[in-house]
Amino acid sequence: MTDNSTGPGAIRTEAVQRHFRMGEATICAVDGISLDVAAGGFVALLGSSGSGKSSLLNLLAGLDRPTAGAVIVDGRNLAEMSGEELSRYRRHRVGMVFQAFNLIPTMTLLENVELPMRFAEMDRSRRPELARQALERVGLGARLAHRPSQLSGGEQQRAAIARALVNRPSLLLADEPTGNLDSRTGSEILDLLHESNEQFSMTVVLVTHERALAERYAQRLIFLADGKVVADQPNVPTSRRTAERGPQSESPAPPRKELA
Amino acid sequence: MKAGDLVELAARNLRESVLRNSLTTLGIGVGVASLVAMLSLGIGLQQLANRRLERSGLFDTIMVTSRRGVGGFNRRAFENGPPPAESRPLDETARLEIARLPNVLEATPDIRFVTELHYEGKPHLTMVAGLPPSARENDAFENIQGHFFSSETADEAILQIQFTDDLLGIHPKPGDPSSKLNPTTQALIGKEITLSYAERIPEPNVSEAKPVAGKKPGPPQTPPRASRDNDEPAAASFSVVPRERKLRIVGITDQDPDGLRGASGARVFLPLRMVENLHIMLPSGMRESEPNFSSVPTYLSLSVRLKSPNDVESVQDAIKKQGFNTFSILDATRNLRRFFAVLDLFLGIFGSLALTVAALGIVNTLVMAILERRREIGIMKAIGASDGDVKKLFFAEAAVMGFVGGILGVALGWSIGRVINIGTNIYLRRQDLPSENLWAVPWWLVVGAIVFAILVSMISGLYPAARAARLDPVQALRYE
Repeated sequence: MTDNSTGPGAIRTEAVQRHFRMGEATICAVDGISLDVAAGGFVALLGSSGSGKSSLLNLLAGLDRPTAGAVIVDGRNLAEMSGEELSRYRRHRVGMVFQAFNLIPTMTLLENVELPMRFAEMDRSRRPELARQALERVGLGARLAHRPSQLSGGEQQRAAIARALVNRPSLLLADEPTGNLDSRTGSEILDLLHESNEQFSMTVVLVTHERALAERYAQRLIFLADGKVVADQPNVPTSRRTAERGPQSESPAPPRKELA
Repeated sequence: MKAGDLVELAARNLRESVLRNSLTTLGIGVGVASLVAMLSLGIGLQQLANRRLERSGLFDTIMVTSRRGVGGFNRRAFENGPPPAESRPLDETARLEIARLPNVLEATPDIRFVTELHYEGKPHLTMVAGLPPSARENDAFENIQGHFFSSETADEAILQIQFTDDLLGIHPKPGDPSSKLNPTTQALIGKEITLSYAERIPEPNVSEAKPVAGKKPGPPQTPPRASRDNDEPAAASFSVVPRERKLRIVGITDQDPDGLRGASGARVFLPLRMVENLHIMLPSGMRESEPNFSSVPTYLSLSVRLKSPNDVESVQDAIKKQGFNTFSILDATRNLRRFFAVLDLFLGIFGSLALTVAALGIVNTLVMAILERRREIGIMKAIGASDGDVKKLFFAEAAVMGFVGGILGVALGWSIGRVINIGTNIYLRRQDLPSENLWAVPWWLVVGAIVFAILVSMISGLYPAARAARLDPVQALRYE
């Protein structure tokens, strides 16, 4: 299903636009982008800050609606969905990972990971077990009862990935997931995303402004500037090699701390 | 999201800022408490008044008179109704019919007459009345000296306190405080008193020229004889025989037990059934035209007691349809009920003021919570919460605060009421007055107060919940 353009997780945008009004001025955050992402692909959206990559990601996530154009995921146009349908789409089809982790600070990791299942109205008795499995998969099996503030940034981001994956979405959207992490932790996080991409044949869209990181994992690099696609090129990920060599040999990448 | 999850999340959110939410909840509690306190005072007073009125027999009693009787209370109805001669006699048949009407407890004939009683050889002229057994519940017998009649047919009498002064030859000076039960009156109990009366014996073959000799009680309003002769030329005849009966004094009351029927103020009371059996010549009998009057007793008026004062109107209509005049103090109860409705309303508005302030507290708390949890709301939406879920969550938080506040408020209001009641009763005891329960918290008030608290809280949650649901997740998640 990797190259199926209509399978679960396949994305197509048609001249999609998103304008924001800032007082008198209108800002075209996304200015007519047309893209096709095959199901199971790993795509990096690259660009400087303000290039519109996060805005595009929010449109793909169904968190925002386009001003014009269409966003078609799994064959359905998000622009035409009702608010209720969009929330159902986010609940079942999309997993999101953020730069700021965005765990709920008052909840334990287990509760945080359980939360999407609550919204999905999953059977109450099955939830703790599924949440525990999801956290074990990201190596946090021993931290179930901890609150996010008791964890390191990398651990928090791993918990966020567990939360994003727990409802088995077909689309994983990561918005600068390594922005708040040091380079080594960042690589670990991207390894996790990569794993999900391979294991569950999940479409991954990674928003980043670090080209080196994108080149190591993504199969395709899309460069944005001023809300438009300026370059769209295939890429041969080098991650498999680096993963085999282990974390010690990751030094070529420049330090990426506090680049948000 | 399922209801269980909603409540669970709401409860945990409330626990997170426990001080603020506790204070808000306490505010609701105080509001509900003031409402409960005010309303239970109103209800308690109303119940107290109703208890008093019901025992007085004033408000659950209907007077029924025949349209033939010129002594009817309702002259207007008399004039509008069928001509007197065609209307029904108020006899035993009619009494049984009325007694069978729905919501009627009993229909008792009013037997009262002026006669002479002999005590220690001396005659005393006074008004005598028959009392139905139900009069035992009358509050006039609350502080009776002695006891109520031992049976419906016992040859016993209960005296009204003023009459004992007569018997004992005491003449209280005008302006003196009214007579009181005391050892002197106590001494009368058990003594014998002789009732003189006129028995009416049917004499079918004798013309109207009947012997009215003997000790016939002088009717206060003897109808003009001439008109009677003209109207009822073939009236049945009877003779009147003077008789005497020895009665034992069993009780003395210092109140007039007669309620509505006490307009003419009887001083001596006898068991109704016993008096009926005496076939006393009554003023009503003077006008009697039925040939078989003796086999079916006919009455001047009936007292109809009802289950509740609320039934007065319907029963009154039913009796009027049967062709009798009725009279009740219905309008007085109506005004009384209106008064209490207004009192409750005012007390309720007063109590609601505090709840309104508490409701504003909820709005404030939840709006603050939105500002604080802006990011959290964004996260929840990003991972699949719908606008409705967010709205319901805030609603649930408001409802939980309302529920807890409601329970707290009822408990608090109940305690306040207890304290007021205890305080009032201490005061009443000091004033030598019997203690009263002027406080009532019926179960519907408890349930109603809690439901009302939840409702008010949820209404307060309307705006914050809508605002939280409207929150744009992209905006909420934008900055750290």
